[in-house]
Amino acid sequence: MAIKDRMSGNEAVAHAIRQINPDVMPAFPITPSTEIPQYVSSMIANGEIDTEFIPVESEHSSMSAAIGASAAGARTLTATSSCGLALMWEVLYVAASNRLPIMMEVVNRALSGPININAEHSDSMGARDCGWIQIYAENNQEAYDNTLQAYRIAEHASVKLPVMICQDGFITSHAVENITLLEDEPVKRFVGTYEPEHYLLREDESMAVGPYAVSCYCMEAKRAQAQAMINAKDVILQVAREFEAISGRSYGFFEEYRLEDAEYAIVAIGSVCGTIKEAVDGLREKGCKAGLLKVRVFRPFPGEEMAAALKHCKAIAIMDRCEGYNSVGGPLGAELTAALYRVKAVSEVVNITYGLSGRDVKVSDVEVVYDGLEKLAQGENCFGEYPYIGLRSADRAE
Amino acid sequence: MRTLTEIRWHGRGGQGAKTAALLLADVAFNMGKHVQGFPEYGPERMGAPITAYDRISDYPIRVHSNIYEPDFVAVVDDTLLHTVDVTMGLKEDGAILINTLKKKEEIIPLLNGYKGKVFVIDARRVCMETLGKYFPNTPMLAAIVKVSGLMEEDAFLREMESSLKHKFAKKPEVLEGNMRALKMAFQEVY
Repeated sequence: MAIKDRMSGNEAVAHAIRQINPDVMPAFPITPSTEIPQYVSSMIANGEIDTEFIPVESEHSSMSAAIGASAAGARTLTATSSCGLALMWEVLYVAASNRLPIMMEVVNRALSGPININAEHSDSMGARDCGWIQIYAENNQEAYDNTLQAYRIAEHASVKLPVMICQDGFITSHAVENITLLEDEPVKRFVGTYEPEHYLLREDESMAVGPYAVSCYCMEAKRAQAQAMINAKDVILQVAREFEAISGRSYGFFEEYRLEDAEYAIVAIGSVCGTIKEAVDGLREKGCKAGLLKVRVFRPFPGEEMAAALKHCKAIAIMDRCEGYNSVGGPLGAELTAALYRVKAVSEVVNITYGLSGRDVKVSDVEVVYDGLEKLAQGENCFGEYPYIGLRSADRAE
Repeated sequence: MRTLTEIRWHGRGGQGAKTAALLLADVAFNMGKHVQGFPEYGPERMGAPITAYDRISDYPIRVHSNIYEPDFVAVVDDTLLHTVDVTMGLKEDGAILINTLKKKEEIIPLLNGYKGKVFVIDARRVCMETLGKYFPNTPMLAAIVKVSGLMEEDAFLREMESSLKHKFAKKPEVLEGNMRALKMAFQEVY
């Protein structure tokens, strides 16, 4: 029986963590993810779960402790945001290269500076090439559902990689919304118990984790790690199918919203996609063939699949909630544009930066983008050379 | 027919405007609605102006932006009327509710010519007479329910009683004070 409830995104993932009852959680608080370790600590104090909570003095230490716990054979998680994720930078690679299936709840927030606590994807996008799987959510429901699927993907024998479960800071993490929860038993059956093949506390097998590799082995190790990310694609879809069987909710690499016959498409990640759907419905009523591709899985990058779903569109706006500081655009824009080239797409493509540091996006902002796409398809570019939406001053250089 | 009610709360850090917004979302959820209750975050300090929002509807809510054209506005602290444009975007067929010691006639000139309905309540008096402490959330919650017509008063009171009973199972005296505050607020708002 599904349970109808209402809760914030942070409460939703904490609820999922309670149902999973992982072995170890090292964590250091940082806004807006602080509530997650806070809720988990309360659950431990109340005897609802028997997770070992390790309070540490920094995020570098929380990830290091997570690596130790996971290498020892424990099902491990942590949570962080923004500068906390940036401080983990060095050890994120260590977790991935040692093939440790750690789950991390990332509540996306701007990196400094200026110092800001609000939603932006620059934190997890900065860590996009560190070897972690990345799955993003539009709302509290998806943050909950993605958390329940995380270990099944990460711990799979052909994957064994850590996974970030991302949601937008405050916009979903602190907004109370309706949600449909699963009962504890079906969740426990679905997630299963963690039975690692190799781990440090295994008495009958000596092993080392994280040693030096000389040049004649190191490149092979990296290629094997890359293969795990490739293998993750099939596993993500398989786990999604099994999750649908117990929840009735369907997931893939991305969601196509009225995209099949769309002439103008927006591609985006996270909470803004709900606002875009509202705009799409309004525009469709007026006869504009608008559609949305909402990216759920960013790592592994489903470029080929996304390009195939978008290829028929006349004009595409790829939206990044992250400034690339490369004089060109954001990471989603760069990677998806490359993928479109490989399928020989002839669509007009524009990469737009939006929502930095929590800048709000309204339905009317989205309508302006679709309007611009219609014009772009007719050869008129009103986006400018370095497109931003929601920017207050037109004088970007000042 | 899709019906959506959007409410914006203005308060000062520490007064509980965010809590009031979340309480309203809670009670609306319990009455079968789709809800969204969220604060707008900044560098919050005690006493600084803050904003919180509610969307309440009979269909799933997808929009994740702030509310710019609310149906109703609730102001927890009337000193905000001098610093914040509380009626900005407020629909003229909607209403504004203000917690104040002042009379309605004294408040209206402070509302930038807003042409919709204006309601006031002295939440401090309600609190002191029923709870003995100043927690403006409880009377403001009842007052916004009355002003907005979001739900039947009796059904709202029944729902609040059952959730407060659960929340204060070990402190029945708190339940009684809160219920009296809600009922008195219904009478006092005008």
